[in-house]
Amino acid sequence: MADAPARGPVHVDGEVVATKKVGGYRHLTLAAPGVPERFRPGTFVSVSVAGHVTRRALWVHKVRASSAFGPTLDVVVESRGSGTAWLSAQPVGTRVAVTGPLGRPFALPKQAVSCLLIGEGYAAAPLFPLAERLRERGCAVSLVVSAPDEARLLSALEARRSARSVTVLTADGSVGQRGQVADHAEDLVRRSGADVVYAAGPADVLRSAAVAAERTGAWSQVAVEVPTPCGTGLCHGCPLPVVGEDGVDRVVRACTEGPVVRGDRVRWDAL
Amino acid sequence: MVASGCGGTGRELSAYAGPEGLDGLDFVTRSITLDARSGARGPRVAEVPGGLVSAVGLPNPGLEHFLATELPWLVRAGVRVVVSIAGATMGEYADLAGRLGRAPGVVGLEVNVGAPDETSDGLYEVREPYHAASVVAAVRREFASDRPVLAKLRPDVSRVVEGARACHEAGATAVVVGNAVPAALPDGRPGGLSGPALAPIALRCVAAVSRALPAVPVIGCGGVHDVDSARAYLAAGATSVQVGTAMLHDPTTVARLRASLDQPPHQEDA
Ligand SMILES: Cc1cc2nc3c(=O)[nH]c(=O)nc-3n(C[C@H](O)[C@H](O)[C@H](O)COP(=O)(O)OP(=O)(O)OC[C@H]3O[C@@H](n4cnc5c(N)ncnc54)[C@H](O)[C@@H]3O)c2cc1C
Ligand SMILES: Cc1cc2nc3c(=O)[nH]c(=O)nc-3n(C[C@H](O)[C@H](O)[C@H](O)COP(=O)(O)O)c2cc1C
Repeated sequence: MADAPARGPVHVDGEVVATKKVGGYRHLTLAAPGVPERFRPGTFVSVSVAGHVTRRALWVHKVRASSAFGPTLDVVVESRGSGTAWLSAQPVGTRVAVTGPLGRPFALPKQAVSCLLIGEGYAAAPLFPLAERLRERGCAVSLVVSAPDEARLLSALEARRSARSVTVLTADGSVGQRGQVADHAEDLVRRSGADVVYAAGPADVLRSAAVAAERTGAWSQVAVEVPTPCGTGLCHGCPLPVVGEDGVDRVVRACTEGPVVRGDRVRWDAL
Repeated sequence: MVASGCGGTGRELSAYAGPEGLDGLDFVTRSITLDARSGARGPRVAEVPGGLVSAVGLPNPGLEHFLATELPWLVRAGVRVVVSIAGATMGEYADLAGRLGRAPGVVGLEVNVGAPDETSDGLYEVREPYHAASVVAAVRREFASDRPVLAKLRPDVSRVVEGARACHEAGATAVVVGNAVPAALPDGRPGGLSGPALAPIALRCVAAVSRALPAVPVIGCGGVHDVDSARAYLAAGATSVQVGTAMLHDPTTVARLRASLDQPPHQEDA
């Protein structure tokens, strides 16, 4: 490998090399040479869908630098609209154009601090590779995986290697503790003694994590999802209202200046 | 050529520019206004069969910031920068043209007189060809005369020939035909329809202008996404094409078209 790791996204003709239904989600393994090598937790990929002009943004759950198919990445798809339904239905061998990794990753602490990771639904996906990176840096990692119900809960089994503690929360109580992140965020942050809180999920989850972090004096990094037409920064179609470092209100591109931003910078009411 | 508003700040394209990189790429900036604009509220884009409806609201950092940061970066990278300008008043257009005329590295200007919804975007009302022409004349007066001024027109076949003639007489070097056509987002807000669905409409307008005004160079814009759709415009009389929406679907589109359109057709078919 060259001294400097390759940076920036690539646009490649990828292929579905494995597909598996897990609960309410579809896990796809994509061969996408160039993307896994450049991946950092919190970045995402933009994929093409047959017959559609705009693209679909997906978090990266796992990367493998090498496999029988070359470098691959795993995504977790929840079938909702037309594009995610198409993706979920694709058999092994389907070609899909993949662009990535896109956007700004989670910022990693320089010191071995204590970190709380909170993820809801499929959006918990990027927290798993993040937990690994943090552990490699000697950070104490606590992980909270939440979901509306068991079918939409990502399995935290593998994360037990990287996380000191794992908490499972479901809104309907089907597994783990009953409840929503918003109701427990402050308690979770205090109990973990976290210096940094990382969150990924719907806006209410991110907001409660950011607010809890602020109350307890922790930093927060949130991975924001707003409707994203291209994912590459070209269309300016994914407005994310923030407060700039200079204190001035701005609207930035979620796909390029995000998706990960400091929680205290998001203007939640304008989102 | 990358169409206005569909190439980000230009910098993002470097990942998709191919072996030649950005050097020599013809790039039209998103429309730059005198003051910064944060753009429309979301959702800004809706997918429709054959294209998309967008109401982005011309988000841009304003002229000052553009001149200080984005332009120098693009010029250093070798990009041939055409700056698209939009204004709320005639004076703003003149001011933009004058200051961009003094900025090093600007290859030309594109005057956005064909926005699908100038009134909802707070732009100077240019629905009448006469108004569009007076904007072009003001821009031409202020912008150093050896560099091109492009007038970008709405692909409305009932007015486009008249608009092209008026803008050309007012000093436009070439006309860009066209822009997204007025449409509505699913929630009823005004927007513009672009993408493959727009191609036959814009093609009709390009053919009409080329036939009526053979001396006016025409740049085709609307739904170009592959070699065939680009060649259709060239066959209808366009001297070149711009690519917008297709860049959002595949950011390598312009790099690929640049490579194939430089080849004579028979070689590429081989
Ligand atoms: C950074 C990021 C990461 C994401 N990661 C995942 C993931 O790992 N797994 C997963 O299942 N989903 C993920 N999503 C959401 C997924 O991209 C949307 O569900 C999807 O784009 C909506 O497409 P659709 O085909 O289901 O719906 P459609 O209604 O067909 O979508 C139409 C259009 O709207 C846009 N759009 C609508 N809603 C959303 C939304 N919530 N987010 C983004 N674009 C939207 C789409 O880009 C598309 O252009 C992510 C979104 C973002 C922004
Ligand atoms: C997201 C988006 C943003 C655009 N922004 C601008 C703009 O700032 N100024 C402008 O003159 N045209 C703008 N356009 C119009 C395009 O430049 C182009 O004229 C139009 O979309 C038709 O071409 P296409 O079908 O290749 O996209 C925009 C179009 C889209 C889809």
